[in-house]
Amino acid sequence: MSNKEAGALDRGDVRVRHQEGMIDAFWSFVDRVRSGDLGMLPVVVGLVLISIVFSSLNPVFLAPNNLVNLLFDCATVGVISLGIVCVLMLGEIDLSVGSMSGFASALVGVLWVNSGWPVVGAILVAIAAGMAVGLLYAFLYNRLGMPSFIASLSGLLAILGMQLYILGPTGSINLPYASPLVSFGQILIMPAWLSHTLALLPGLVLVVTGLATMRHRRAAGLTAAPVTLLIVKAAALTALLEFGVYYLNLGRGVPWMFGFFVLLVVALNYALTRTKWGRSMFAVGGNREAARRSGINVRRIYTSAFVLCSTLAAVGGILSASRLATSSQQAGTGDVNLNAIAAAVIGGTSLFGGRGSAYSALLGIIVIQAISNGLTLLNLSSSLRYMITGGVLAIAVIVDSLARRSRVSHGRG
Amino acid sequence: MTEAAMNASEPGKPILSLRNITKKFGAVSALTDIDLDIHAGEVVALVGDNGAGKSTLIKVLAGVHQPTSGTIEFDGREVTLNNPATALDMGIATVFQDLALCENLDVVANLFLGHELSPYRLDEVQMEVRAWTLLRELAARIPSVREPIASLSGGQRQTVAIARSLLLSPKIIMLDEPTAALGVAQTAEVLNLIERVRDRGLGVIVISHNMEDVRAVSDRIVVLRLGRNNGIFTPETSNHELVAAITGATENAVSRRQIRKSAQDHAPEQRP
Repeated sequence: MSNKEAGALDRGDVRVRHQEGMIDAFWSFVDRVRSGDLGMLPVVVGLVLISIVFSSLNPVFLAPNNLVNLLFDCATVGVISLGIVCVLMLGEIDLSVGSMSGFASALVGVLWVNSGWPVVGAILVAIAAGMAVGLLYAFLYNRLGMPSFIASLSGLLAILGMQLYILGPTGSINLPYASPLVSFGQILIMPAWLSHTLALLPGLVLVVTGLATMRHRRAAGLTAAPVTLLIVKAAALTALLEFGVYYLNLGRGVPWMFGFFVLLVVALNYALTRTKWGRSMFAVGGNREAARRSGINVRRIYTSAFVLCSTLAAVGGILSASRLATSSQQAGTGDVNLNAIAAAVIGGTSLFGGRGSAYSALLGIIVIQAISNGLTLLNLSSSLRYMITGGVLAIAVIVDSLARRSRVSHGRG
Repeated sequence: MTEAAMNASEPGKPILSLRNITKKFGAVSALTDIDLDIHAGEVVALVGDNGAGKSTLIKVLAGVHQPTSGTIEFDGREVTLNNPATALDMGIATVFQDLALCENLDVVANLFLGHELSPYRLDEVQMEVRAWTLLRELAARIPSVREPIASLSGGQRQTVAIARSLLLSPKIIMLDEPTAALGVAQTAEVLNLIERVRDRGLGVIVISHNMEDVRAVSDRIVVLRLGRNNGIFTPETSNHELVAAITGATENAVSRRQIRKSAQDHAPEQRP
């Protein structure tokens, strides 16, 4: 410990090991993983395994254009998964996100194509429908004490019914190919220069905010993390992103729709980690009564989470309609629900509440879509796909429970 | 400080005064016509047997429960405490028996929970500085404010809970069984803490079953029995009198036990 830091406000206790450099940072990471704070580790391990297995079975899997398609597919269910993160954070669940997304896509098809509304109007109505469903769940939960599990299970059926009802006997509406909405979901790609520039941004933001925090902390008499660690992190992140973008640009490039998804992820991440609302979300998920007694309006937090979840599900449904260029009875059925939930859990959001991050939706959905894409490339029937995806979800939940048990015994909540 | 607060600090004028507080849970009357005055800079101990209504009274003052009837005057104004947030904003802070901390959040987050600095761009640095300053003022020993609460010991959690109640500069702080789960040294620390808080000019209400602790820190001892006022005593009151007030009879389990014990001590050795 250097002399300058000996007097720092947060260095009064000799019993605590403080990280001072790169090596300490590495060991504290090992400590965290051992105590059950897995973070992004399962995702990274999962992605490496998936890449090795599928690319050895079919080399097309890692081809740039296949990955571009993968990102297109990620965006639709990923946005739904982002909403799931919000409700899981509170230890609640929404099982109707699949139906909600299907209903939203049906609304867009019916209002826009069949009734001749402007497309923007149809989209706004679909989003409003999502908000209304979220408000209804919040009312059932807050006022009538209905468990979200049951409320959304009945919602799953009811909303699916509405979807079938408004689609009518034809059952499927084709969206016009030339429209901006469909090209957004199928062909719009960022120019190469723009994607490279955007890939520089995260590293840059990391360094700038990191240095600002450091200065701020030093000025306030606290110790700050080492500069080298920050630089290494930012450099590694930038290198990774630039390589990814370069590789995707060997194919068609980075889809705008994926960019939109990432934007939502970053926004939600900021809200969860840097605002009072986000802090309250963690608190309510961790200990509802404690949150209430510290003056947090618990009902409002539940309402915000349910509304966000259903609204994002509606947005995801609109994106999937634009991706498939159709609003059909099949939209939002099948594995959409479970994929969205599995993605959040695989990414590290706990089913038990109080723990998670917006990035878990991004990383988790990449894993889920990679599996589904790989299995499709192997020409496996959907029966096998369902079985395997079900198995992956089970493994993810097992990892979550085991990690939680380990956290409790290591005193990490 | 507002004028009202200045007036309240004058000796003789209570900050908080309860008149005829009654709280019914269905057919059960948990509190009946409770009167209580709290002045600045004094420690009032609230004692009573299990089910005497101590915790209910605390919860009424914390805004967790609403009284069925009766009036609460704070700073000379009659107030209604509809929810915990109102009580907190008014300056009534509570340390509950179950502490009510979020184990998944770190010490700083717990201290500022519900009252974070700059809500749209949390000022973590400023919050951490204030957390350390506050913990130092209380001479608290917390290894790191960036560890989750789950990793702290019982005494450390108690300290965090007390520190949190002080954060909003309250005028009254209520502690429900602050020493129940603590060891000898930690109990002494908490009693010191209570005295330090009193010396800052706050009114303190302490609930405890431990007569020794009660005598050590309190200026007045208010006895509740079956939801009613059952006398106000000074720390000099004899144990016998206090126990009699708490149990409601001079002839009670404690006195019988004492008589039996002393009879045994004085009785001649009978065993071979």
